[in-house]
Amino acid sequence: MDTTKKKLGVWKFASCDGCQLTLLSCEDEFLTIAEQLEIAYFKEATRRDDPGPFDLGLVEGSITTPQDAERIQAIRAQCKHLVVIGACATSGGIQALRNLRDIDQLVSIVYAQPHYIDTLATSTPISEHVHVDFELRGCPINKNQLVEVISAYLNGRKPRIGTGSVCAECKRRGHVCVMVAGNEPCLGPITHEGCGALCPGYHRACYGCYGPTDQPNMRSLTTALSDQGCTRDDIILSLRTFNAAAPAFRDESLHYEQDTRSKS
Amino acid sequence: MSKTPDPNPEPRTRTIKVDYLARVEGEGALDVRIEAGEVAEVKLRIFEPPRYFEGLLRGRKFTEAPDITARICGICPVAYQMSACHAMEAACGLVLDEPLRNLRRLLYCGEWIASHTLHIYMLHAPDFLGAAGAVEIAREHPDLIKRGLRLKKIGNDILSLLGGREINPINVRVGGFYKTPTRDELNAMLDDLRWALDAAIGTVQWVAAFDFPELEYDYEFVCLRDGEQYPMNEGRLVSNRGLDISAHEFDEHFKELQVPHSTALHAQRVGGGSYFVGPMARFALNADLLTPVAKAAAQSAGLTETCRNPYKSIIIRAVEVVFACEEAIRLVETYAPPPAPFIEPQPADATGYAITEAPRGILYHRYRIEHPGQILDAKIVPPTSQNQMTIEDDLRRVLMNNADLSDDQLGWRCEQTIRNYDPCISCATHFLKINVERR
Repeated sequence: MDTTKKKLGVWKFASCDGCQLTLLSCEDEFLTIAEQLEIAYFKEATRRDDPGPFDLGLVEGSITTPQDAERIQAIRAQCKHLVVIGACATSGGIQALRNLRDIDQLVSIVYAQPHYIDTLATSTPISEHVHVDFELRGCPINKNQLVEVISAYLNGRKPRIGTGSVCAECKRRGHVCVMVAGNEPCLGPITHEGCGALCPGYHRACYGCYGPTDQPNMRSLTTALSDQGCTRDDIILSLRTFNAAAPAFRDESLHYEQDTRSKS
Repeated sequence: MSKTPDPNPEPRTRTIKVDYLARVEGEGALDVRIEAGEVAEVKLRIFEPPRYFEGLLRGRKFTEAPDITARICGICPVAYQMSACHAMEAACGLVLDEPLRNLRRLLYCGEWIASHTLHIYMLHAPDFLGAAGAVEIAREHPDLIKRGLRLKKIGNDILSLLGGREINPINVRVGGFYKTPTRDELNAMLDDLRWALDAAIGTVQWVAAFDFPELEYDYEFVCLRDGEQYPMNEGRLVSNRGLDISAHEFDEHFKELQVPHSTALHAQRVGGGSYFVGPMARFALNADLLTPVAKAAAQSAGLTETCRNPYKSIIIRAVEVVFACEEAIRLVETYAPPPAPFIEPQPADATGYAITEAPRGILYHRYRIEHPGQILDAKIVPPTSQNQMTIEDDLRRVLMNNADLSDDQLGWRCEQTIRNYDPCISCATHFLKINVERR
């Protein structure tokens, strides 16, 4: 074992594996990363079972069970620098839709014997449980941004990750606006950049994979969507996907639900 | 690896622990108890936290199912998108024309290449080479792992072009695609695909030379077959024991059981019995439909028509990569852009059923929807839930046949046996820690 290399640990909580898989999908950079960092714990990739401590920790997934709420504390204590990756880890993920519903009912829809299932009523981001050093957004994360976060760490600098909106990114790329030209219900103006404004490039409206941007003007967009002809249910559902529990999306979906109910 | 002598020659109880199974997708463990030399209990414990997708889908729009279910699994999102689209289209009475169906097949080729290559090079091969992971293999054979990474990347390039990105593609919709590629965009992939075909043939030769533990069983193999093409999106569900049904009859022939030790449901045949889905099943029942170079690669690797040794699944997976590269080349060379990127689906009050071939086996989706397009209920049966009983059966046989191995070696052999199935635990949870207790 090379003792001069920084040690990397990768952990998974409730998630689809896609964000940690992104590390293995850095096909051009993976072996270089493995030269620079000692991959000491990464269950998806190796049987190594290093007890730690770790210099850099990457955590995917959200906290949904009492055991996981304890496990994240132990992992934080083992990691000098903790980066959480993906919509589950940064906002609770799609499984946070449970936060707005009755958990017992959900469990019983899926499991014939719900009492075997040990679960929390909510799905929460890692930052609600421990201090995190950096949050990388996306469902899934962008692999170039992951490589940037890792190299920034290795070079002792701040990651260069933009915090603007998909809408601004889309303009920079020169895509035709799907909202103006196609009357599509686009979440680009309120969604955090990072995907490269993929959807508009494919003639599709943004559907919010990267969660809310900093200080989004939520009501302005929901009003515009309504003016465009979107139904109340469509607008509420559009905010309740992979980042449903991100505060800006959650609050607007609840307020909009309430406001439009009292008007109708 | 040399065998270490058993420190206790006549053990009453043996306990072997694997608390968190590595190199699989998701979280699981294995508990095994051996009493007086007999395997008393084998539990594949899946502690992956459940996410309740089938519940969350209720009340959503039918058009959202492909994007929501893609989030079940980061390794096979295309499989979820394909089964969801086909089920919704079945509910809407919509059948796509050949050009759109071919583009979906090309997209699936990309996922098969990327997912299979990941499993062969990074997850499964280390077992045969006595390595902890691919990084350890790369220290001695960097060019080998680089070949695997480039092959995987070419699969992902197909996903990126057709799907917008590799994980959770954005370009798939009920009725087709948001945007279809130009002929030039596809043609630009041909040189890489031809390199990939050669690399895939090299992969078959590499893995065929591994030492395979002895294990054979007369499994019931279950997969799609349409009689014309090696199965991906289409065909009836068939088995080597006479099953021949369409997707809407699935629930009459298969049931899911909940067991206390797992957050994944166990699927079995109605009337009892485990079955086997995935590359081994597809090869057993569709080898005649493989493309010519894939057929030749299978033959040169010494694969007989029905291979019943699950450790050799790694060779079959490699043969399927050859197939997927060959098929992708054909689909690119014959591509004619569809007249429209999608056909607008018209939702009715109906139930839609679909089965497609995820890299690790059949994936069943069933949705009941109502006009104007709300999902009333959803049922999803992923491949790993279907293979769980077969994995536990295999483990019993491995434990009985290898009692002379040390606890460490036996634990590793058990892990390798589980990895034969390329289990996808996030999918199945709706998986592994290995504890073997010998009494």
